[in-house]
Amino acid sequence: MIFERRLLTRDRGAGILEKLWQIPWSFVLLLGGVAAIGYVALLSAGSGNADLYAQKHAIRFGFGVVVMLGLALVDIRLIARFASLGYLGGIVLLVLVLMHGNVGKGAQRWIDIGPVQLQPSELMKIMLVVALAAWFHRASWERIGNPLFLVPAAIAVLLPVGLILKQPNLGTALITGMVGAAVFWAAGVRWWKFALVGAAGAVAAPIAYERLHDYQRARITTFLDPESDPLGAGYNIIQSKIALGSGGLWGKGFLQGTQGHLNFLPEKQTDFIFTMIAEEFGLVGALTTLGMLMLVVAFCYVVAFRSKHQFGRLVAIGLGTNYFLYIFVNVAMVTGSIPVGGVPLPLISHGGSAMLTVMVGFGLLLSAYVHRDAEMGPMRE
Amino acid sequence: MSWRPWGGQGALGGQRGVRKEEERRRGIFTRRAAVLGAIQLGAFGFLGSRLYRLQIEEGARYATLAEENRVSARLFAPPRGRVLDRNGRVVAGNRLNWRALLVAEQTADVAATLQTFSSIVPLADHEKARIEREVRRNRRFVPVIIREFLSWEDMARIEVNAPDLPGVTVDMGTTRIYPETEHLAHVVGYVAAPAEADAGEDPLLQLPGIRVGRAGVERHHDRVLRGRAGAVQVEVNAVGRVIRELDRREGIPGQDVQISVDSELQKAIRAKIEEGTSAVLLDARNGEVLAMATKPSFDPNIFNAGVSAAQWRQWTASRSTPLINKATNGLYAPGSTFKMIVGLAALEAKVCRPGDIVSCPGHLDYGDTRFHCHLRSGHGGMNLRSAIMASCDVYFYEMARRVGMDRIAAMANRFGLGVDLEIELPGTRRGLVPTRGWRQAQGKPWSIGDTIVHGIGQGFYQITPLALAVMTARLATGRAVQPHLTRAIGGRPVRGARPEDWPSLGIADADIRLIREAMWGVVNGGGTAGVARLPGQYGQMAGKTGTTQVRRVTREQRERGFNVSQVPREWRPHALFVCYAPHDNPLYALSVIVEHGSSGSGAAAPLARDIMVEAFQRLGSQRPGQRVAEAGR
Repeated sequence: MIFERRLLTRDRGAGILEKLWQIPWSFVLLLGGVAAIGYVALLSAGSGNADLYAQKHAIRFGFGVVVMLGLALVDIRLIARFASLGYLGGIVLLVLVLMHGNVGKGAQRWIDIGPVQLQPSELMKIMLVVALAAWFHRASWERIGNPLFLVPAAIAVLLPVGLILKQPNLGTALITGMVGAAVFWAAGVRWWKFALVGAAGAVAAPIAYERLHDYQRARITTFLDPESDPLGAGYNIIQSKIALGSGGLWGKGFLQGTQGHLNFLPEKQTDFIFTMIAEEFGLVGALTTLGMLMLVVAFCYVVAFRSKHQFGRLVAIGLGTNYFLYIFVNVAMVTGSIPVGGVPLPLISHGGSAMLTVMVGFGLLLSAYVHRDAEMGPMRE
Repeated sequence: MSWRPWGGQGALGGQRGVRKEEERRRGIFTRRAAVLGAIQLGAFGFLGSRLYRLQIEEGARYATLAEENRVSARLFAPPRGRVLDRNGRVVAGNRLNWRALLVAEQTADVAATLQTFSSIVPLADHEKARIEREVRRNRRFVPVIIREFLSWEDMARIEVNAPDLPGVTVDMGTTRIYPETEHLAHVVGYVAAPAEADAGEDPLLQLPGIRVGRAGVERHHDRVLRGRAGAVQVEVNAVGRVIRELDRREGIPGQDVQISVDSELQKAIRAKIEEGTSAVLLDARNGEVLAMATKPSFDPNIFNAGVSAAQWRQWTASRSTPLINKATNGLYAPGSTFKMIVGLAALEAKVCRPGDIVSCPGHLDYGDTRFHCHLRSGHGGMNLRSAIMASCDVYFYEMARRVGMDRIAAMANRFGLGVDLEIELPGTRRGLVPTRGWRQAQGKPWSIGDTIVHGIGQGFYQITPLALAVMTARLATGRAVQPHLTRAIGGRPVRGARPEDWPSLGIADADIRLIREAMWGVVNGGGTAGVARLPGQYGQMAGKTGTTQVRRVTREQRERGFNVSQVPREWRPHALFVCYAPHDNPLYALSVIVEHGSSGSGAAAPLARDIMVEAFQRLGSQRPGQRVAEAGR
């Protein structure tokens, strides 16, 4: 992954002011809108008291915007140049968290860095996307057809997946694997290879399951069937469906949601924040929120299609898939469609470390947009 | 590694090839991204339709559920498994317990309900504070105990006033009871409320009044005894009445655990001993603990209702430490009971032949130091057998010097001294057998003089009575038996009951036989413990005495003629005795330590004989595995 220093300095035209002009401010406004929905929902989760969650949310978003804009101005070639370094950093953090991290609910692991809690698995997904994009950036159709070329990239995906599995955090590990697969797919890896891996997985899964310890199996059972933990996830999902369904078309109104305020709804400021919105603002509010989140994902596609270089395209598609999976898994969970837990809703759920990593990702996305016409020199060896 | 990304075209391909290739790649990307986008769009569509179904089509149903009904989940605790002794007698059981509970989600105002309750059954302020704290800590459907151990009258009064007490229910729970009170406390342990830190680990632990094992067998087998919680999900209306059951999951009741201790024997032994004494009786053939008696002890039933601060202070401040199991946590120097180990180490290292004579003039001089024998006039010529029988110190000073500390320590470890014995009593100390490396790790030198002192079981040793009993059982059988308490779980016997379950120690037959003969001689051949001779019908016993100083005997005292009866009790030496019987077919191995008992032969050996007789009378000469009682008696 060698990017010529010469290329980095060639087009001097791109001054800071010009770059600022290039930033798609309508997208920044969209993010602000989503965060505002989060603010209102968190205000409600705090029973109208902003001090509890909403205030912090606003401050974190503000801080996140600054980080995002700062990253947007960084030259995309610089980002590509340090892709492998970022990836290694992510792996180091994952190993550190395995050795020294704190274990919380649902076995999410984090490291305390001063006042901030960092979940390396979240950062890892972004670093993985960038690293894979850099790897595939220079590869021709023929080269991608060569299985040997794919081996290092596959290892680059499996290594963090394995480390996250070891935390153990099956949900995030699966999402990480799927994000990696999306980049492989967009880069042009032959479709039959996906079919092959899928078939191999289907064969290997029961064998692997056989060899697991009893307690590991129990974990998987609880993950796949939360009702087997009747006071845990199963209870939550039933309560979530009642709260959501009782919202109706227009909802019960701001601060009028009974289920949430009577504390029937657990984790209402984090995992179940969407339920809060759907109960108080009805189908209209829920679809509006979902629609705005969809626009955020759609923007990733815009960046991908407008980028003149493969690196930008792959980064955008990878990050887009990451956000899509976040949103999908979260909303599907609170509507009782899939039995998973522990995935927050980006920009809306309460939580500092998730907000920061999400905004870092958007920063990279904006950089890809601002520098969409940059010469990346793909033909160099 | 240098990749050639353009598939071998190299420089010849030129700009046109590159551009064409780029176009092609872009086309593939566009198509594939479109597929991905379509999938994701479809997924969003799915979520939208799902929301539509929940909120519009089924909205009315959920609105009713939300307004009128609540789904409530309730756990029910399975009965905790019992602990039975080797004859099936219950040593930890369950007793009925009437309790008043409060479910926070069924009352509008917790404080008002408690106020009303207080007018029926008075509640102290600290009780109210505890209830409110627990209500805050738990989820709102989890019942919180208002009051336990209600009398029949109080219970009836609460039932009558039920309409004024929303959220209050009376139920019949169980509480732990230990029929043997303090006699088995150190073995069976006790239960208490789980620590707050544990509460997340098992949903069962959130239940009101749940108890977890905190010590002893109750703690070691807590998971087995506890079982798994059952749960029902019920639909209840706004006042908390159950409308229907949605889902039910049966719990798994806790399993009974049978331990190897004979509670009657244990009581009989405890009746014979005084404060500061420990006695551990093992089945020599398989390591089963038959009795583990120490004094003082405590009543584990007290933990059940909660220990008062005054009681706790009394226990912890007491110098005799009733909460600590001296048999597994008391650390002593083994004294002369260690001489068999030194002898075996010397035999195995071939630095001593059985017939080698060492002359004992009453002391051994090494360098500038004089090491005294307990017999100032000296024993004269001693071989290994006579040295053990007479407990000659000089002989073992000399053997220790020849064989060296590290080989002595290795032999001690083989016999279960200074190693983790893995008994089912959490917190058991492993003790310490020093080595040169251990001392050097502390930055101190190890001298030959240190080795000599350690040859007679004095010095840095820290040995538990349990470990001494294990050593004796291993001497008696030559097998590496591990001490254990569990005989059966849920009626299924556990491994380890047969002698063949335990591997051989790998000591040469002739060596260990010589040591056994010497131990036989201690009791029956004119050795130091003639008083310990058994009545004829029980066969013959083999043993070894030990007397360990707790204070150094000064030269002045020695010259005046040291007499233990003239010094304060806490300065007197500890008395030890280890033994097994019958000599020709060992069944029982026993260790006895009498703190400040002055002399092993005077205080410990007679007591050991009485205990051994008691064991024969109560257990007879049963074969291993016999009389595994059914878990129902």
